[in-house]
Amino acid sequence: METILEVSGVRKNFGGFTALSDVSLAVAGGERLGLIGPNGSGKTTLINCISGALLNDAGSIRFDGQEVSRKTAHERTRLGIARSFQIPRPFRSMSVLENLMVPLAYVGGISGNRARTESMEILSHMGLAAKAQTLSSQLSQVELRKMELARAMAARPKLLISDEAMAGLAGTEVDEVLKILFELNGQGITIIMIEHIMQAVMSFSQRVVCLDAGRIICEGTPETVVGNPEVQRAYLGD
Amino acid sequence: MSSIKFWISAAVVLAALVGMAFSGANEYVFFAGFVVLQFVVLASAWNILGGYAGYVNFGVPAFVATGAYAGLVVFKALGAPLLVQILMGALMSGLLGLMVGMLTLRLRGIFFSIATVAVIFILETVVLNWRFVGGATGLQLARPEPSFGFETYTRMLFAVMAVMAVVAVGISRYLQYSHIGQGLRALRDSEEAAECSGVPTLKLKLIACTISGALLGAGGAPMPMYLSFIEPASSFNLSYAVSTLAMPIIGGIGHWAGPVIGALLLASLQQIVTVTISSELNVLVVGVLLVLFVVIAPEGILGLVKSWKRSSK
Repeated sequence: METILEVSGVRKNFGGFTALSDVSLAVAGGERLGLIGPNGSGKTTLINCISGALLNDAGSIRFDGQEVSRKTAHERTRLGIARSFQIPRPFRSMSVLENLMVPLAYVGGISGNRARTESMEILSHMGLAAKAQTLSSQLSQVELRKMELARAMAARPKLLISDEAMAGLAGTEVDEVLKILFELNGQGITIIMIEHIMQAVMSFSQRVVCLDAGRIICEGTPETVVGNPEVQRAYLGD
Repeated sequence: MSSIKFWISAAVVLAALVGMAFSGANEYVFFAGFVVLQFVVLASAWNILGGYAGYVNFGVPAFVATGAYAGLVVFKALGAPLLVQILMGALMSGLLGLMVGMLTLRLRGIFFSIATVAVIFILETVVLNWRFVGGATGLQLARPEPSFGFETYTRMLFAVMAVMAVVAVGISRYLQYSHIGQGLRALRDSEEAAECSGVPTLKLKLIACTISGALLGAGGAPMPMYLSFIEPASSFNLSYAVSTLAMPIIGGIGHWAGPVIGALLLASLQQIVTVTISSELNVLVVGVLLVLFVVIAPEGILGLVKSWKRSSK
């Protein structure tokens, strides 16, 4: 498989604090990558740099053959990088359907009935069709997580970054979201999953990357990463 | 309401208002009506940024005064007619809006609002020290003869402001239902999520700030001609900020009809109170109503109507 995302030598400082130092990472098209690491290790900072919410201070980020590290977030979305948020950020004043119509209008350039039909299709895939007219501020936690994924899908991404889409969910709900992510991957979408729920990461990822203190300390198959002594030290201490 | 219905109603209202200006009605009706229509313009303009995009602009007096002084400058320097004064006012305050829009790069929420207050004091200081426009004492102006066959200048101003009100409401309504309105609503709810949905948030905020600013300035531009006089203290008066903010909130924020309802109601009430009781009291009326609505009906009259419709179903 071809490389769709290539992060090389990325550094990000917040004042005197180095959140990411010299992070390099390549993701193949269609791959399922798990990104793990203890709290504060820089996972969200890294995906903020990839999605454009933050600009990296050094290094390059190439997506689909293009340098994107100086592009704004909405330009990257239009190129095919979509994400969900660790803390869901619905458009609260809109219904679930209207939430999806924003990326459809601004990325796909479609509106009106065509957008409504396409939104409903995505929502049925996610099992949210019954909630289409519900105000997004009235959704339950798992529905919000699904809506975030649905909204990301409405941007027709090549790469989907799921930032802790399962945080705070119950066991069966985790399986539901996992199933959705597998399906999306089956459609050819590359997925980077950030997750603390190890059972989910282990079953989902083809490859796992572990960050600690802003550096990649280990990467490989889920089993090798979990068995790695450095990873265990990062999580559990000496 | 469909677009056709809206524009037919707008044309009927406009025809009635302009027709009135040619009727034998009392001169005071036009003097007071001008203010009411002016507030329809200002409140609709404010709502484009404050209601649709959620950026609360406290700096309305700065925009109104920019419009007024820009109009004054072209009048005094070139003897420009009223329409040119209004266009100049819109242009200059549109530019001011664009600059204020740049602030949204770094400032959000209450910090943006505080910065807009600062703009008032900066511009007021400039005008206070500018001899050509009369400095602190202001300028007395001789109004030219009315054009378009109007009997008095006040009647003409009333008709012109009626046209501007329809234009402002039309623009505000168009924006609400367009892609721009959809994007502004998204960024009001979450700028990060809007960006990640492909919405160019900075561009939309700059568009909203510029259009809102231009309309606020256009609404202020006829002020020197209306009063035959201009001076900084009343041009930069903070009561513009309070009224213009109160009207959309009382009417219902985020929908084009909200500021129209709020402005018609509140500005008319203010005019009535000014005549029947006192001009001091009309400020109190705005304050009391604003507090009442914020506490009891934060979604304004439109919100009340909506929930009443829902419960009666």
